[in-house]
Amino acid sequence: MGVSISLNINGEARSLDNVEPRLLLVDLIREELGLTGTNIGCDTSQCGACTVHMDGLAVKSCTVLAVQADGSDVVTIEGMAEDGQLTAMQQAFWDEHGLQCGFCTPGMIMAGVKLVEGNPDISDEEIRHGLEGNICRCTGYQNIVKAMKVAAQAAA
Amino acid sequence: MAKFVGKSFKRVEDPRFLQGQGKYVSNLQRPGMAYVAIARSPHAHADIKGIDASAALELDGVVAVFTGQDLIDGGVGQLPCGWVVPDCKIPERWPVVPDRARHVGDAVAVVVADNPYVAEDALELIEVDYEPLPVSMGARATTEYRAQQLHAEIPNNTAYSWALGDEDGMRRAFAEAAHVVELDLINQRLIPNAMEPRACMAEWDDTMEEMTVWTTSQNPHPIRLLLSGFTLGIPENKLRVISPDVGGGFGSKIFHYPEEIIVPWVARAINRPAKWVATRSESFMTDSQGRDHVTNVRMAMDATGTITGLHVQTWADQGAYLSTFAPLIPTALSITLFSGLYKIPGIWGEMKGTLTNTVPVDAYRGAGRPEASYLLERIVEKGAQKMGMDPIAFRRHNLIPADEFPYQTPVAFQYDSGNYQGLFDKLEEISGYGDLREEQKAKRAEGKLWGVGVSGCIEASGPAPSAVAGSLGSAVGFWESGTVRVHPTGKVTALTGSHAHGQGHETTFAQILADELNIPLEDIEVVHGDTGRVPFGMGTYGSRSAAVGGSALVRSATRVREKMTKIAAHQMESRPEDVYFDDETGNIRVQGATDEGMSFFEVALAAYTAHDLPPDIEPGLEETAFFDPSNFTFPNSAHIAVVSIDRETGEVTLEKYFGVDDVGNVINPLIVDGQLVGGVAQGVGQALWEHGIYGEDGQLLTGSMMDYAMPRADRFPQIETDRIETPSPTNPLGVKGAGEMGTIAGTVTVANAVVDALAPLGVDHVEMPFTAERIWQTIQAHS
Ligand code: FES
Ligand code: FES
Repeated sequence: MGVSISLNINGEARSLDNVEPRLLLVDLIREELGLTGTNIGCDTSQCGACTVHMDGLAVKSCTVLAVQADGSDVVTIEGMAEDGQLTAMQQAFWDEHGLQCGFCTPGMIMAGVKLVEGNPDISDEEIRHGLEGNICRCTGYQNIVKAMKVAAQAAA
Repeated sequence: MAKFVGKSFKRVEDPRFLQGQGKYVSNLQRPGMAYVAIARSPHAHADIKGIDASAALELDGVVAVFTGQDLIDGGVGQLPCGWVVPDCKIPERWPVVPDRARHVGDAVAVVVADNPYVAEDALELIEVDYEPLPVSMGARATTEYRAQQLHAEIPNNTAYSWALGDEDGMRRAFAEAAHVVELDLINQRLIPNAMEPRACMAEWDDTMEEMTVWTTSQNPHPIRLLLSGFTLGIPENKLRVISPDVGGGFGSKIFHYPEEIIVPWVARAINRPAKWVATRSESFMTDSQGRDHVTNVRMAMDATGTITGLHVQTWADQGAYLSTFAPLIPTALSITLFSGLYKIPGIWGEMKGTLTNTVPVDAYRGAGRPEASYLLERIVEKGAQKMGMDPIAFRRHNLIPADEFPYQTPVAFQYDSGNYQGLFDKLEEISGYGDLREEQKAKRAEGKLWGVGVSGCIEASGPAPSAVAGSLGSAVGFWESGTVRVHPTGKVTALTGSHAHGQGHETTFAQILADELNIPLEDIEVVHGDTGRVPFGMGTYGSRSAAVGGSALVRSATRVREKMTKIAAHQMESRPEDVYFDDETGNIRVQGATDEGMSFFEVALAAYTAHDLPPDIEPGLEETAFFDPSNFTFPNSAHIAVVSIDRETGEVTLEKYFGVDDVGNVINPLIVDGQLVGGVAQGVGQALWEHGIYGEDGQLLTGSMMDYAMPRADRFPQIETDRIETPSPTNPLGVKGAGEMGTIAGTVTVANAVVDALAPLGVDHVEMPFTAERIWQTIQAHS
């Protein structure tokens, strides 16, 4: 009863057979593709821990069915750094202490990359507003906002 | 000379998290693994008349279904309570209830399947015949004589009563008082919501009869102890508990949970690895919750505004069962802090721990200390109002002077060190306090509701002297272990019994050891969270890791250094007292000698080759120390919040926030500031948004992140923090806890600001959280 889908994951073409139509994209990524960097923090689409890029947009992968990703380009946190070289956003999170337990971090980074894209002078307010869909329980957000500002500049 | 301690180093643990390589339990897999899902009671109180699993068992992919009785027959024990105050009555608590559910979410059956989706499907097919019972709700109401009884063996739903202080002194103070102020207040139920939901995985080795359990715990060794001695019955030497990367805890991952028993029990029963991962909805109805105190507080003052007495009566809702440390929180971690930063001669605190048909309540960030600070700093605020004094001036008038430390309070604790006037000096300076009040005047003149809230808070952190803990009801000791293993190549593995789930110990502990051993930071690896590697440990909570765990490592490093000194002296044909660790070269050298001495590596290697050791020195280079602190440490703080309130909507906006904290010496300022800011955000969350709400029928109405308001990025201004440092004399590092102060202070500071904003309307108290609706109602009632 499954369907076949193909997608590009972190630059690699993958075809999967027998995908249950109800399977969530996040479960496909974590369980079928073994990319566990994308976390699950809730079951009501509130926390953003599961954020990935799909066809150039930041999406909550717990809110997308795997079959909807058929034919698309998906990038997860594992697809960010190249050869251990951190991206500007990852580096800024490290430099600014933008993470504590690290559980929200992959989702924050994926959301942050899209948030600051093309907006090097993004303001604190814009970042805070843009992060409404990503919950962090540890940091109080302050250093996350700082990191995103730094990364916005660095990426420009 | 400290090259590392006191400096901001980026965290060494970060690269794995930044690249999605965190080893959280939910990410782990074992070959042939089965998935566990748990059927939970939808009723807050119900008898279970029968369970029909036949349809579930027919589903393709379902491996087994187990009931509570199956587990009991299979040898599981009851979940014990690890803190027993005098005359405490402990209710029965089974990991899966055999006959009666007592809160929404109580486990009633266990499904095992080949795939998590199938396990969820099977849950739907399990027929449980429930006979609902009346419920008992409300911390105080549950003790009334008509209330439904939760446990036959616990009359009046009251598990314990506890009191501390000087009752006669308190009575004298009130008899002689010139002024008395009083408040009834509620410290509402909170739901911790660490971002990583709890998870557990287990693997049974049938041949070796060994069990490995991976669990999202803040303290794997105590979990192993409880599993072995009470709940699962596998010998401690055949049981390994691993808590790898844990995605936040905030107290909620201290406790021994039913799933930690269920999953390994299943793995052995089916002889296959098994894993359970909580959904967020399950976290809401099964993670131990926080606070939920109902309090009456009265404060006595003389004619000059000197506080002379304090009387507190609290009913603490403990939920349906006593969770692992539940009785500790309202008693020895709360009443003991009722003196705050002040000299108060007559303090008397009374506490009742009560049972309701709700999820159990236990430690949540701050644990007892935010409750103490909340009631004290609210009543102090009211005292200032009554005396017509500025709130900072009133507090300054009552502070314990800096030259009176150590200071013995009338409620058991002896404060280690502090400079409370200095805290407020710095706070006034960084916040521009005078200007804030001018700004407020101007806003009020424009008809705006604008509040400036002040607090001064104390915390007892770094639990605890084991003998003291024992005398107060603890079933365990609270020392910590630390092992320093120098390998023959000079690289170091440090094993600590404390646990990091966001606190950054892999960095801060390496900083400590780099200074102690005079080696580069990157030569040290810090290992925690694995009973198979770390000798023993008590884990992390109560802001204890640096003060207790760090001190254990200092002690073992000191022994390593002494041994290396002896070996080096022997090899360089000199006296140990002439040998020193040279900061500049990193070598171990002889005073006055012109040669380079021996490198750290050469001495380490010599310890292992053992070709030429002094006669009384054993080969090898590894030391383990256990540190039992002589006292708690007492971090303290002075904070200010500025809020505005929209008269039309009642919406509260946090405009500014300033905090000055004394957490003793600081190992890594970057990390400490991160803890303080994150802590403040959590405290502000309680004041403004968070509330775990139950209906009268015991249904959890805030059962998801749609209903429970988590703090979000767009609701905060920049939080400005600063510090003063009075080293703690009770540990070699001079540190005090830094993990909870922000949360303790954040809540009451904002509460005082909101009340201050509404003061012109004649408001002297509002219950939290300060939602727009509640504030709007308050404004309507007062205009
Ligand atoms: S897991 Fe997707 S939003 Fe929470
Ligand atoms: S770092 Fe822990 S949830 Fe954000």
